[in-house]
Amino acid sequence: MSSTAVLAPDVERRPARAPRRARKNLRRAVTDNLTAYGFLCAALVCFALFSWYPIVRGVLLSFQQVNFVTPAEWVGWQNFQTLFADPLFGIAWRNTLLFTGLALVIGFAVPFAVAIVLNELRHMKAYFRLVVYIPVMLPPVVVAILWKWFYDPGPGLFNSMLRLVGLPPLSWIDSADTSMLSLVLVATWAAMGSATLIYLAALQTIPGELYEAAELDGANLWQRLRYVTIPQTRFVLLIMMLMQIVATMQVFTEPYVMTGGGPEDSTVTVLLLLYRYAFTYNDFGTASALSLLLFIALGAFSALYLRLTRTRG
Amino acid sequence: MTTVERTLISPWAMKKRRGKLLYWLVFALVITLFTVAFVVPLLWMVLGAMKTAPELARNPPTLLPESFGAGAYTEAWEFMDLAKYFTNTVIIAAGAWLIQLAVQVPAAYALSKLRPALGRWILALMLATLMLPASALLVPTYLAITEVPIVEVNLVNSPAAIWLPAAANAFNIYLLKRFFDQIPTELLDAARIDGAGSVTTMWRIVLPLSRPIIAVVSIFSIVAAWKDFIWPLLVLQDPEIQTLSVALQRFEPDTPINLMLAGLVLASIPMVVAFLIFQRQILAGLTAGSLKG
Repeated sequence: MSSTAVLAPDVERRPARAPRRARKNLRRAVTDNLTAYGFLCAALVCFALFSWYPIVRGVLLSFQQVNFVTPAEWVGWQNFQTLFADPLFGIAWRNTLLFTGLALVIGFAVPFAVAIVLNELRHMKAYFRLVVYIPVMLPPVVVAILWKWFYDPGPGLFNSMLRLVGLPPLSWIDSADTSMLSLVLVATWAAMGSATLIYLAALQTIPGELYEAAELDGANLWQRLRYVTIPQTRFVLLIMMLMQIVATMQVFTEPYVMTGGGPEDSTVTVLLLLYRYAFTYNDFGTASALSLLLFIALGAFSALYLRLTRTRG
Repeated sequence: MTTVERTLISPWAMKKRRGKLLYWLVFALVITLFTVAFVVPLLWMVLGAMKTAPELARNPPTLLPESFGAGAYTEAWEFMDLAKYFTNTVIIAAGAWLIQLAVQVPAAYALSKLRPALGRWILALMLATLMLPASALLVPTYLAITEVPIVEVNLVNSPAAIWLPAAANAFNIYLLKRFFDQIPTELLDAARIDGAGSVTTMWRIVLPLSRPIIAVVSIFSIVAAWKDFIWPLLVLQDPEIQTLSVALQRFEPDTPINLMLAGLVLASIPMVVAFLIFQRQILAGLTAGSLKG
């Protein structure tokens, strides 16, 4: 477009050559586009094969029965009926919501509180930042196997610590009452480093004058926290909450490695059930139906997250 | 007055005797809690790997191993054939990194600077994939790997099963594009007038200016490939090519606990070392995605 504008006076002076100019512009536009698509093609192929096509296929599969020998068969809502008839379906959703809920109470509040305290400290900041983030770097499987050993009811680290201070030992992942809470503790330990450092960065952007003004107006510590700190970090808090909901609803590694869904199905999560349908029962149709339900449950959160982060920028 | 940054508590309050006392009390508490919560578990793992299996079964546990030595580490290395799994993981992570850069940098450059027809639509379609939780695509993407459309090859048990889906990462393309957007167009026009083609412009002008964002994307992709579990678990079924995470999980039920712990320590070392070296870039990348967005 800009090249036409530049050429305009030229065209006016020599009207006879206008068609040739136009053809040249067209050719230029075509080559430019071809070059651009040359740069894009690898990404387009990867997205088409491993992202866009699977999205469409996933929706179709939810209404199909596949065995990879005969062509896929349309079965209507049958896959969903299979799911609703499975007693584990309700259990898996309840467990997953319990995990997400507990993770919000523990995993959301703890990093924010820690960040607020760290922001007040003036010494050894580098040490705090370092050690809180190291668990984030560890492979999740390593963390899960390690904590499984810590949770050992006999010589495990946690029960040894409890005995040391004279408290009764707990059964952690070996009892249906505490298994989910135990998994939330692992997940929080492993993930809180990034949340803490993100909050810390947000806290450092709060202008000091706001606290000073609040203090002059007679606001006490709690009021400054309530009326300065929280409103100033509200946006980050909301984003992190959405991100955390989406992430924790997809919990898989901890239950898969540490409990296998037990005891008494107390840690069967939606993703664990999905894995069983697809890779234990080879029922890809029902697994896709479950994926679709998970997508619907999370789509709203993801969309809101994307909207917020993009409009802010 | 010194220029102390003003936070929740005023520097003046902290200078008072009561404030000072309270500060050091809180400081001592925090440092104890942090050490117990984050350093002790890791130390316990490293020390545990030095104890013998019978010593580890003892209740109450011994605080320090009865004899120090790295015997369990060499034994674990042999017992689980860790050399093989380290090699596999390095190949997978390095390949994922290089392929992602090779695919995503030109794509972001095209979307940012070459602006082809329908470019905005393509970007929108790419970003739309971010709305889907990764796990909702697990099954259909797995099926696309078992039989890639059009070419009809089965990529299961091939590193490409990790590399190619990893390249379809809209988040990285978005990060790169946003960075490229800030490079002034005049600079590229000047290069073009000097006779540079699009490839030369990208290679000589855009890439050197984009080192910070390339570093962030590189670290993201390598760390993600090293830590990933569920996807390699699905597509790398052959033990010969499995990554460390998948192999450790497979060995866990029938490996003596001291050897297992040594394996966990060894699998963690590269990531911890990478963090110590690239701490600045990693922490910068942490906020790049979620906050400035």
